[in-house]
Amino acid sequence: MEKIPILRMGDLLLVTIQVDLYDRLAETLESDLVLMIKKTGAQGVLIDISAVSIIDSFMGRIIGNIATMSKIMDAETVVVGMQPAVAITLVELGLPLNGVLSALNVERGMELLKGKIALKGASFEDDEDGYPE
Amino acid sequence: MTIVREIDVIPFRNRLKEIAIKIGMSLVNQTKIITAASELARNMLKYANGGNVTIEVVSKGRENGVRLVFVDEGPGIKDISLAMKDGYSTGKSLGLGLPGTKRLVSEFQIESEVGKGTKVTVTKWKNG
Repeated sequence: MEKIPILRMGDLLLVTIQVDLYDRLAETLESDLVLMIKKTGAQGVLIDISAVSIIDSFMGRIIGNIATMSKIMDAETVVVGMQPAVAITLVELGLPLNGVLSALNVERGMELLKGKIALKGASFEDDEDGYPE
Repeated sequence: MTIVREIDVIPFRNRLKEIAIKIGMSLVNQTKIITAASELARNMLKYANGGNVTIEVVSKGRENGVRLVFVDEGPGIKDISLAMKDGYSTGKSLGLGLPGTKRLVSEFQIESEVGKGTKVTVTKWKNG
């Protein structure tokens, strides 16, 4: 069966969707990703959708699910590279992907994720000594 | 084209894209009609175990467009006006399918008879 590869880079997981999505494929990605977060202890997930030309309500929902599930698993998700036509279509369809972090490209997405992860680490330390810096 | 499995949606989307490009449809409108088609094809698979779709190029004056007709022999829709409401779904979906699809196309028509099936006709004009 066709699968979307998930790459590990430090404490991040990297997914580049290079094929046209269909329901089964998107569902497989969803469960694979959650399992991978558990297995690797990843703190962030970056999903590159720059090659995806169609996102309908089902696939959009899967993207939202992935973000929510990762959050529960203590990882942040950033979706990068959405094509303008896809963004226009999603909003008109009525699926603005609220709650999903996004960035214009992979580089900015990486920065956003690293910032989020660093922030999490910082607030954690604050809690320990009780003196925020 | 016959759509009876999820995977049949991909060649259908590709065919539709080819035709949309051929008539010179803008990328945004291509994306809208293909997304709408994807929604309707899923509905057909989910509620009627598949059906048939035809793609044709239509024109009105100097305007060209693509028309899609989805026909299935599924259970039909009891209350069309309810099915067209945002957020309503009998399945587990978000209920965006039909109303969302209507927003993405230029013209939208739905006929359904309980026990007989459903026919959805959508048209997207090149510049509409």
